[in-house]
Amino acid sequence: MAQKLKFEEKTIVPNSFYHITIMMLYSFLEYVRSRRFFILLLITIAIGMLLTGVVAYYRPQSFLVSEQSFYANWWGETVTFIIILSAVFFGGDAISGEFQNKTGYFLVGNPIRRSSIYLGKFLAAFCGALIMLLVFTAMTIGNGLYYFGGVTNLFWESLSFSVLYLATAIGMTFFFSSIFKTNSTAIVVTIILMLFVFSLMQSLVANLAHYEPWFIVTYGAQIINNVLMNPYPPSTQTTAAPLPHGQSITVTSYNATVPEGLIIMIGYFIVSLVTGLILFEHKEFN
Amino acid sequence: MTLPSLEAINLTKKYGSFTALSKLNLKLEGSKCVGFLGPNGAGKTTTLKIFTDMIRPTGGMALINGIDVNKEKKKALKSVGVLIETPEIYGSLSAREALSMIAEIKGISRASVRKSVEDVSELVKMKGLLNQKIKKMSKGMKQRINIAAAILGNPEIVILDEPTSGLDPRGMSEVRDIIKDLKKENRLIFMSSHLLSEVSEICDDVAMINHGKLLAYGPIEKIVEKFSKVGAVEVEVNLFRPVTGDTIDRLRNIKGVRSVKKVDSKTVLLQVIGGLKGQEEVLSRLVRIKLGIVGFKQSSSALEETYLSMFKETV
Repeated sequence: MAQKLKFEEKTIVPNSFYHITIMMLYSFLEYVRSRRFFILLLITIAIGMLLTGVVAYYRPQSFLVSEQSFYANWWGETVTFIIILSAVFFGGDAISGEFQNKTGYFLVGNPIRRSSIYLGKFLAAFCGALIMLLVFTAMTIGNGLYYFGGVTNLFWESLSFSVLYLATAIGMTFFFSSIFKTNSTAIVVTIILMLFVFSLMQSLVANLAHYEPWFIVTYGAQIINNVLMNPYPPSTQTTAAPLPHGQSITVTSYNATVPEGLIIMIGYFIVSLVTGLILFEHKEFN
Repeated sequence: MTLPSLEAINLTKKYGSFTALSKLNLKLEGSKCVGFLGPNGAGKTTTLKIFTDMIRPTGGMALINGIDVNKEKKKALKSVGVLIETPEIYGSLSAREALSMIAEIKGISRASVRKSVEDVSELVKMKGLLNQKIKKMSKGMKQRINIAAAILGNPEIVILDEPTSGLDPRGMSEVRDIIKDLKKENRLIFMSSHLLSEVSEICDDVAMINHGKLLAYGPIEKIVEKFSKVGAVEVEVNLFRPVTGDTIDRLRNIKGVRSVKKVDSKTVLLQVIGGLKGQEEVLSRLVRIKLGIVGFKQSSSALEETYLSMFKETV
């Protein structure tokens, strides 16, 4: 190779905000071209199609009694699942992959703060997951318009809570992904926690300990569905369930109010994002 | 103009009870290539990773151009090209996109990104494959892109950890040529390698490390002379006339030549004392006595012999 170096650039290292946008742009490209993006898109569309088919064929009363109940049943029950799935798909290995796949070696040695890499990737994952949410939103609204000719204002409220929950869920998956160095561990732990452990803990704390599970994120996320209920469920509700031989059991259910739900989700978002960032800052490429 | 520099001051890295680096003190300065040698686990990659913020030191400082990389990373690494181990690149990006990302991170202006990317990819013979997705590339092709990324922005310091790893012989030769080209301008290259012939060919100085401690640092011929068993540098001399008994006798009588060994009909190995100056004197005498000398170069095995004698006890 006889060719001589001929390039002569003068470089001025950009500020961290610009670095974040660079990382976001290229990570987003990586996300949207990945196979998992198309798989998730197919899953989201399949869920929407399934609901469309079921409602069109069986015409369930619970869905079609009112516009609000339609959105509560269609959206409220399903969207949290799509959010968690999207968060896991895009965030599960976002940070652990930098170590296991060695992509971090390509980036970290450059004049860029690790926090810029982390935040850029977070925003890219959020944008990718937002596409899924918007696809499902479009299918929901399409059906809502078909059956009721409009969209209740409460739906927009619920949608905004969903966007917040999406950011929180991705923040949490990034946090778990920062703890582990292998992708499979990060993804499995995130799925188990987000889909099962939090819900289980919430039930146990509320029903057995009779304590409001205000510290569990899935409890806060209930406002996505609750806001579509008419009337909004009371914050504490005690009901006596009959048992054989004339006995009964008292069941207490708790519902976060909208401000409580927002505080819980924002709290989780901030704590998980900051702790994940700190973990990534101090993690070593061994 | 200040010279590019890398400096380790009492650099220490511990993993529990294991000490990977033990108060390493090393200062590299100026436009040259420094080979970083040592057996596996000696602390080479640990040192390079500390200089590139991939790991944090337990103690001490890693300074690049006088700036602590641990405290002011962006400032310290602003004119540094880095290739540590064999990095992977986001597979869905094309080579052009991957290099553009690094170019933008390094601060190459948007207007120059395209040209810079094309220039470096031409150097590593990847210009025709710039639009190919990384995931469809072989290990060797990816390593070329990694090298291109490291030299983007024309850095004044280049840190390379086994840069020819994963390349075929032709690729290795091309990378060596790139590094030689990089040396020509005011640039400091710090390169670890297990290929001693590669280090002999490219580097001016070597730093030898073992058990996290610096054993030696200096120009190759001085290290070879100081640490080789015979205390001399081995020089290969090629003649266009056949080597006879008389030729060997005449060579033995040259001042500064400690011993002479016939390699083949037209090649001899001389053990020369007196460092570079000694070599220069021997060469001028060789020319003067008209033996028909057509080649005179330090044996590439000299460094290897020195290395082996220094690290013979290391498993």
